[in-house]
Amino acid sequence: MKFSEKWLREWVNPAIDTEALSEQLSMAGLEVDGVDAVAGDFSGVVIGEVVECGQHPDADKLRVTKINVGEDELLDIVCGAANCRQGLKVAVAKVGAVLPGDFKIKKAKLRGQPSHGMLCAFEELGMAESSDGILELPADAPIGQCIREYFNLDDVTIDVDLTANRSDCLGIKGLAREVGVLNSQDVTEVAIAAVDPTIEDTINIELVNSQACPRYLGRIIKGINLEATTPLWMVEKLRRSGVRSIDPVVDVTNYVLLELGHPMHAFDLAAIEGGIKVRNANENEELVLLDGNMAKLNPSTLLIADENKALAMAGIFGGEGSGVKEGTQDILLESAFFAPLAIAGQARSYGLHTDASHRYERGVDPKLQRDAMERATALLLEIVGGEAGPVVEAVSEADLPAEKSVTLRRERLDRVIGYHIEDAKVTDILTRLGLTVEFADDTWSAQVPSYRFDISIEEDLIEEVARVFGYNNIPNVAPTAALKMTTHQEAKLPVAKFRNELVARGYQEAITYSFVDPKVQQQLHPQSDALVLPHPISIEMSAMRVSLLTGLINTVVYNQNRQQSRLRFFEHGLKFLKDETAENGVSQIAVLGGIIYGNTHNEHWSIESKPVDFFDAKGDVEALIALTNDVSRFSFKAEANDGLHPGQSAAIYLDDKKVGFIGAVHPQLQKSLGLNNSAFVFEIEADALVVRKLPEAVSVSKFPSNRRDIAILVADDVKIGDILNSIEKVGGNQLVDLNLFDVYKGKGIEPGFKSLAIALTLQAADKTLEENDINALVENVVAELANKFNASLRD
Amino acid sequence: MNLENILAEALEAVSSASEIAHLEDVRVKYLGKKGEITGLLKTLGKLAPEERKDAGAVINKAKTQVQDAINEKREALVAAELEKKLAAETIDVTLPGRVMPTGGIHPVTRTIERIETFFGELGFAVKSGPEVEDDFHNFDALNIPEHHPARADHDTFYFNPKLVLRTQTSGVQIRTMETEQPPLRIISPGRVYRNDYDQTHTPMFHQVEGLMVDTDVSFTELKGILHDFLRNFFEEDMEIRFRPSYFPFTEPSAEVDVKGKNGKWLEVLGCGMVHPNVLKSVGIDPEKYTGFAFGMGVERLTMLRYGVNDLRAFFENDMKFLNQFR
Repeated sequence: MKFSEKWLREWVNPAIDTEALSEQLSMAGLEVDGVDAVAGDFSGVVIGEVVECGQHPDADKLRVTKINVGEDELLDIVCGAANCRQGLKVAVAKVGAVLPGDFKIKKAKLRGQPSHGMLCAFEELGMAESSDGILELPADAPIGQCIREYFNLDDVTIDVDLTANRSDCLGIKGLAREVGVLNSQDVTEVAIAAVDPTIEDTINIELVNSQACPRYLGRIIKGINLEATTPLWMVEKLRRSGVRSIDPVVDVTNYVLLELGHPMHAFDLAAIEGGIKVRNANENEELVLLDGNMAKLNPSTLLIADENKALAMAGIFGGEGSGVKEGTQDILLESAFFAPLAIAGQARSYGLHTDASHRYERGVDPKLQRDAMERATALLLEIVGGEAGPVVEAVSEADLPAEKSVTLRRERLDRVIGYHIEDAKVTDILTRLGLTVEFADDTWSAQVPSYRFDISIEEDLIEEVARVFGYNNIPNVAPTAALKMTTHQEAKLPVAKFRNELVARGYQEAITYSFVDPKVQQQLHPQSDALVLPHPISIEMSAMRVSLLTGLINTVVYNQNRQQSRLRFFEHGLKFLKDETAENGVSQIAVLGGIIYGNTHNEHWSIESKPVDFFDAKGDVEALIALTNDVSRFSFKAEANDGLHPGQSAAIYLDDKKVGFIGAVHPQLQKSLGLNNSAFVFEIEADALVVRKLPEAVSVSKFPSNRRDIAILVADDVKIGDILNSIEKVGGNQLVDLNLFDVYKGKGIEPGFKSLAIALTLQAADKTLEENDINALVENVVAELANKFNASLRD
Repeated sequence: MNLENILAEALEAVSSASEIAHLEDVRVKYLGKKGEITGLLKTLGKLAPEERKDAGAVINKAKTQVQDAINEKREALVAAELEKKLAAETIDVTLPGRVMPTGGIHPVTRTIERIETFFGELGFAVKSGPEVEDDFHNFDALNIPEHHPARADHDTFYFNPKLVLRTQTSGVQIRTMETEQPPLRIISPGRVYRNDYDQTHTPMFHQVEGLMVDTDVSFTELKGILHDFLRNFFEEDMEIRFRPSYFPFTEPSAEVDVKGKNGKWLEVLGCGMVHPNVLKSVGIDPEKYTGFAFGMGVERLTMLRYGVNDLRAFFENDMKFLNQFR
């Protein structure tokens, strides 16, 4: 809420400057977002009258004027504004004046005509974003008076960002009350007297839904003059509160809204058929709103209606048909209390947010309706004239918010705050806040004033006491708790361990958005049905990721396009899969994903570099798996995966469960994804990695080990992993190490075959292996390979 | 030839030898079985016995002299050879080494890890929760019923009216309290989402939520722990203030500001005493237990700590940006 500091000070005027006042408000929970001057920095601008206004001889759009600024001589000023005319009171920047932006006014000639000053527009004085022509002052504006003085411009607009619980401060009245509390100062309320009716016209009001509208006041005012202009002081107060002047009726309702925090509405009486009915919308009912849009009404929406039709959305927005418009002579003024729950969420469901709905859904003082009505009537009669009828009040006392009494226990206050605030101080704070307080048996009983919607339980009082006492006057104390040791499961690896491993292997961690471009994701995962945000930031950020690939590939492309040629990234985060069996129908799986791109090494004087391939990525995944100390449970199986090269793609299994994948980005997708070279990716479920097998030590053999190398020839399509597995099985305990140290195809090898060189390291726990033991074992291995894979020993 | 000449010749030969092999030749020539000095010794037999002793001594002295000279020269040659070898093997130690460049942790993760350390040492367990969250855990259980104005402030991404991308990590509080009884000390770092994207907002960012519930947890303790945290996090004795605020799930509530180097206050976290309705919604008796909760924006803390001035940089993942965090 924006308000003028001067306006506030008419109500309560503590002896502190603007800065201290802002600080005080912020520290009381009414956060000041900004303090802005109400006009630009200027001087030397006075009120003048256009005495003569003629056409410039050499320029169609310029006028040559003589201006009276109350000095001996009239000023010659050339003006380009279309609204400049004889008799007009204007703002004159005299020679020597300085306008905002340090713009100095000097004697000049415009197309040969002397110009000794400038006629100003609001915009040029920093009093409007834009303006149409020069500003026009009322006929009674005193010639020669300084504009700053005339407009009372030494004022600021303070913008407070009010939290949802403090709707009582959405008006000068409430803000003043709060400032009064903070400074222990009395507030000067504006005097509101009942306006005596001069006509007898009334309207019948029926509260059909009295729960939603427990109180509705209506008053007819006849014979108003809508042509009247809103007085400058009101226009200025509205402007400084961020509200534009529209017409006197709207201006007055807005003024009361800002002053008392109470929304008002005015109807064109001629548009009302019969009496007022406050009722809910019917099925399929429609209403054209003041902004010209047609709203299809929902039955949960409360309406102000007449006998035949909807007139307005109660507490939210008026209707076009019943609005005050040119030619309106008689009006019905509304001042109502709508229950917050009846209004809450309604405006938003129509995409609306108005000053009225903002207040009603947070809570308006249920006792303020009559004051608001009388205040608005008095202001209106003053400005637009007319005759006021008596106020008609429809009320359902039972539906009005009950008077609340809340208790605060001394012991509870101390326990929650952790610090003892003196009894008298507590009583004083609560009393200053407008509560009627009694203290007995170490308990305060407080009657809550009707404007404090937010106070209903003990904690609300604790907060009020702490807030007004000052959070920063409450000491800081280190918490105490029992020194209970926390569990640290050794068999559970922290994710940080995997991050660090990848970092050591040259990977940079990336954090990418969880929502990705569905078109890109679709290319990588054509089968997947991603969860889609109905109202995303943009289409490119609308599909929840089904893997980390889209984000990782994007990251590589982003950097590749910024002259980076060797890239390794990893990310840890959730992927989102639709799954009827999961909580809320979404399986949210933590995964660790990586991508490598470019060469194995940076260019170096002594390292040979080559493009990365599948086995660089696989080696990194194997290193991650090695951290589990349970390598044998993991396996890589040739398996096609979405978006990957079918011949360079594997599924990663933990026992029989697929927990990840690894492979080359499909060459056909490379270009459409924007990759210049091949990239290799992997993704593995974090849960599969974080379980570590605890060591079970066996004693180390004291007997020597022996190495035997075998070279075998086997058909090309035999999977080497299967061969190594078989050797391990046959080798048993005595095979302590197995190393494939060469794979060869080509010259000397029959086409369709490959040669493998494998080192077997043999050792027994209880004896030195004899030559014949060793030979027997190796022969067994060779026989098994011959049998299972049709492998032959190579000479 | 007499001994004197032979000796002179032999010593000359030793001194002029330039390789170890030559020395061997010299030894054979003079001291070998058929060597010249060895030869002279053989002639001793022809001398009269009384002359034999003196003459023998003279020859043996010459023999020792030659042998010593050879040994000395050999050592000198070996040393020279080693020197030559070492000189040949000298490298330029200023050449860059063969390094596998290491990567780095994302600055947001780095901050989260630091926060986990500070609170972990105080016995706060790290908890995580789902990011696609139901409105019960994200709102209702946190005392934000449907149509509460605070819901509108959240710029929530809805999948449907019941399912959202979590707007805060506070839901993890609820999930923890649903299954565990006090005393509770947890923190919960993670991604949160708001439908807002401009210079100072990204639609995804990170929060760390903290919760402590016990029989006598108080506001002074909340203030104490957060003061302590902020001063440890920034490693600076900075000015900190608690400003009253409003969150439906805490009361009293506060926002915490730190004074930046430019003298301006910057909001870094929100906190408060757990609202009794929140405790009730998870079956904890608010008369028996009290608690505090806090939530901090990780990006904001990271920006202040390292002088990052554009929030969006965190999710562009430009290597030139990330590389700075080592």
